[in-house]
Amino acid sequence: MTGAFFMNIVVNGNQHELAGAGTLDQLLKELEIVPERVAIMVNDRVIPKLNRKDVALREGDRVEILTFIGGG
Amino acid sequence: MNKLKLGGKEFESRLILGTGKFSSVEIMLEAIKASGAELVTVALRRFNRDRPSDDLLGPLTRLGITLVPNTSGARNAAEAVRAAQLGRELSGSSFVKVEIHPNPHHLMPDPIETYEASRELARDGFIVLPYMPADPVLAKRLEDVGCAAVMPLGSAIGTGQGLSTAEMVKLIIADSGIPVIVDAGLRAPSEAAAAMEMGCSAVLVNSAIAAAGHPAAMAAAFAIAVKAGYAARQAGLMSRGDHAVATSPLTSFLTGS
Repeated sequence: MTGAFFMNIVVNGNQHELAGAGTLDQLLKELEIVPERVAIMVNDRVIPKLNRKDVALREGDRVEILTFIGGG
Repeated sequence: MNKLKLGGKEFESRLILGTGKFSSVEIMLEAIKASGAELVTVALRRFNRDRPSDDLLGPLTRLGITLVPNTSGARNAAEAVRAAQLGRELSGSSFVKVEIHPNPHHLMPDPIETYEASRELARDGFIVLPYMPADPVLAKRLEDVGCAAVMPLGSAIGTGQGLSTAEMVKLIIADSGIPVIVDAGLRAPSEAAAAMEMGCSAVLVNSAIAAAGHPAAMAAAFAIAVKAGYAARQAGLMSRGDHAVATSPLTSFLTGS
């Protein structure tokens, strides 16, 4: 992928414009998220941590980024 | 004291803590330490960059305890399975508390979706701890599909109404080949002791500790109660009788007759 390129994806329910050839790793970097602290789902599919760098995002993808909070 | 065995792993403590509702992370950590718990439940939520302190993974990992992600928020089996997979990614353990309660009014677990999710997750190698209605038939079915324990509710989540399901829990224990853990509804340490005396293998407590005046002190009180109840069960409670039986001689003290 060359030159300026943007795609629209949905991150945690919000529209997000991702620059360049977007991978999950790149999205996390852009959002300043520590990769080890989150679990990720793309279009309802759970993405194992090891596979993140290989997952290329596509226009319209729904990305869910989750963390642990208190719960019973 | 015998160890609690769940999914091939052993634990000294028979008190499992929930991490919800604490007023701060510090108070939660103090309570966990005071409880001696080795297993704590956590929930999954969307990452919120405005509230980084909500993220419990770091603080809990540093305690060296085992995390049990729950599937809270799932409305059906498919969502619960996804939540479990996400939880496993983060926790690094195979424990999952299956929790599917679609009705926010009473939060009663959906038995059918809970069964379906538990079956699939057990097949996938998870150590499955299903939160379930106190139903002995369902408990047996969940055991049959490979759950590591069953977790019948004492009463509705967060109500503090205690062991309102006591008779059903006794039936579950009598028939169960896997640990029975009362989860939800407990308010007082005495109720945790009662559950253990009944033959429960552990109890899961959250609100009773998080909403106590002094959570760490209440956590310590629950820890003592769970140990006492378990020790009493091991010691063998005397049987109940319908008639008084004197513990002292009944001969008249003054006349000797």
